[in-house]
Amino acid sequence: MHSYYLSHLKELEAEAIYVLREVYAQFENPVILFSGGKDSLVVTHLAKKAFSPAKIPFPLLHIDTGHNFPETIQFRDELVARLGAKLIVGSVQKSINDGRVAEEKGINASRNILQTTTLLDTIEAYQLDACIGGARRDEEKSRAKERFFSHRDEFGQWDPKNQRPELWNIFNGKHHRGEHFRVFPISNWTEMDIWQYILDERIQIPSLYSAHEREVVERNGTFIPKSEFIKLRDGEKFVKKMLRFRTLGDITITGGIESEADTLEKVIAEVAAARQTERGNREDDKRSDTAMEDRKKEGYF
Amino acid sequence: MIRKETELLRFTTAGSVDDGKSTLIGRLLYDCKSIFEDQLESVKKSSERKGLAHVDLALLTDGLKDEREQGITIDVAYRYFATPKRKFIIADTPGHIQYTRNMVTGASTANLALVLIDARKGVIEQTHRHSIIASLLQIPHLLVCINKMDLVDYNQDIFDEIVETYRQFAAKLDVKDVHFIPISALNGDNVVNRSEKMDWYEGPTLLHTLENVHIGSDHNHIDCRFPVQTVIRPHSDEYHDYRGYAGRIASGIFKPGDEVVVLPSGFKSKIKTVDSMDGELDEAFAPMSVTITLTDDIDISRGDMIVRANNQPKVAQDIDIMMCWLNNDGPKPRGKYTIRHTSNEAKAMITEIIYKLDVNTLHRNEEDKEIRMNDISRVKIRTTRPLLADTYNRNRFTGSIILVDDATNETVAAGMII
Repeated sequence: MHSYYLSHLKELEAEAIYVLREVYAQFENPVILFSGGKDSLVVTHLAKKAFSPAKIPFPLLHIDTGHNFPETIQFRDELVARLGAKLIVGSVQKSINDGRVAEEKGINASRNILQTTTLLDTIEAYQLDACIGGARRDEEKSRAKERFFSHRDEFGQWDPKNQRPELWNIFNGKHHRGEHFRVFPISNWTEMDIWQYILDERIQIPSLYSAHEREVVERNGTFIPKSEFIKLRDGEKFVKKMLRFRTLGDITITGGIESEADTLEKVIAEVAAARQTERGNREDDKRSDTAMEDRKKEGYF
Repeated sequence: MIRKETELLRFTTAGSVDDGKSTLIGRLLYDCKSIFEDQLESVKKSSERKGLAHVDLALLTDGLKDEREQGITIDVAYRYFATPKRKFIIADTPGHIQYTRNMVTGASTANLALVLIDARKGVIEQTHRHSIIASLLQIPHLLVCINKMDLVDYNQDIFDEIVETYRQFAAKLDVKDVHFIPISALNGDNVVNRSEKMDWYEGPTLLHTLENVHIGSDHNHIDCRFPVQTVIRPHSDEYHDYRGYAGRIASGIFKPGDEVVVLPSGFKSKIKTVDSMDGELDEAFAPMSVTITLTDDIDISRGDMIVRANNQPKVAQDIDIMMCWLNNDGPKPRGKYTIRHTSNEAKAMITEIIYKLDVNTLHRNEEDKEIRMNDISRVKIRTTRPLLADTYNRNRFTGSIILVDDATNETVAAGMII
């Protein structure tokens, strides 16, 4: 006698594939938002599965702040070549040069906020009507309220109090010209699910996620990597540490955690035992209690 | 690393400010080690800022700025925790009547509904409302938690009385599997750990019930329904003639060699392969996402459905539904809407309002036929093209629809086919 049930990861996979196929069927011009981080890699892998044996029918869109880990860019280019996919790059540096945004000033300056303008400009320039993202509801409290199909008005803004109800697995992607949707196929996945899936599916990820030695500066309880964009403040100095990154954002705001986990299995064991959220080392979320909600309303990822 | 396969259980909670819902969720997450130190730290800080003496775990479950400021849940929030046995998704919804639509939304995907009763108050209107919605949405399992037992001296008589009252009420509902547990969310009695103060209760704890309730039969494995989402044609040399129908199995089991009928055309064929990127499958069942190829070249597109000859859905243009109105503006007289049903789409019109259902009493109101937001009513609709429909209580996925307003593109109603 068979037992007809799916493991929770297989069920989440089936759900995500269903969502990706709905995007293909309901929109004219969708892209996958690709950061090179683990979540966008999982989404890209799921897209491959959803349309196999055909190629992924979506281009990848990377919003490039110019403040990257060099490893991320190399990894991105290799992956795009392997998939035979089209890559669109929206450049924050170009937005600055064109006068669309001004570089932040001050001690905590970053290009995180500036990405929103570049993203929305790129969406407009390419007339994108759906951007598939790797955001998860367990990441952050305002994301816990996010729909699978999340509407953005003609200014790219999110209105969290006026979202379309989403029932069963019927998704409504109808929109007027100039509006678009953000779609989150892995809404229901947790950080642990992502790691287990990466292991099960043998998905390649940037080496930054496993422990390696790196020069960093300790700041606000986290370790910010040395790069040309980081200026030391009084009393600070670069030190060598064995560490890894739980999330990958700009090199200027992504803190590492001390770790000896140099294989996927060890990383998973660490994730299972972690007592801090994965975004706990992200300077962008620490600016205020509602930092993510405020950015998301403006059109952030 | 040895890892056991775990199952997924989706459950919904509904509740308002004082019934201890947030405390219970906080307790479950906390005792299952799903709250992180930095989250707890931020909740502590917020509690202090608000001048509270205790750490308010409700702050953990309220996501939006307005919700935290007003101390209420407005929208559905999703929470996650896991034990070695199962992974849980909580759809946390507000319980007040003005948020019926959000309760319905949360209930639509749930395997189990957690109904909270304050032991001091017993079965009240809100209990009825939550249970009626769970029954309408055909949530297979109901878990009734009689909370705040610490405030009634852990008295068994009070528990028994509430259970009896609830049973009498539930007899009018369409619920198959009901469990009762006396708990104190505040002190943790019978939530994750067994209570030492209620040795008269011999049943399992809340978490044990969540981990063990039998969900294997929640999916319909009898009626074969495969709504086609899209057609996969690689146009590559290797797969030159490949034509695969991609979709998620709504119900039933599909195998290579099965004789099938494609609706609405009625063409017959045989399943050649059931494909996934992991290779060809011997069989596939709900809720898997697969790609099916057939032995014959027939014209199939999105909105079509692959079924078995001897077990077909109803093909209908006039359909009765239980409808929950979701929008601020009520339906327009003779208004036309886009109806979405599985991967299919048509235009639809509400032709008759039969009655409005009082979600607190089950009373059918045939006088007042003005539909407003949150109203649940039985209506007749007519569609421009036939739908391939099952009844909702037989099939949640081929028995559900939404209505979309063509002017605003908003989802204005959800319906369950009767």
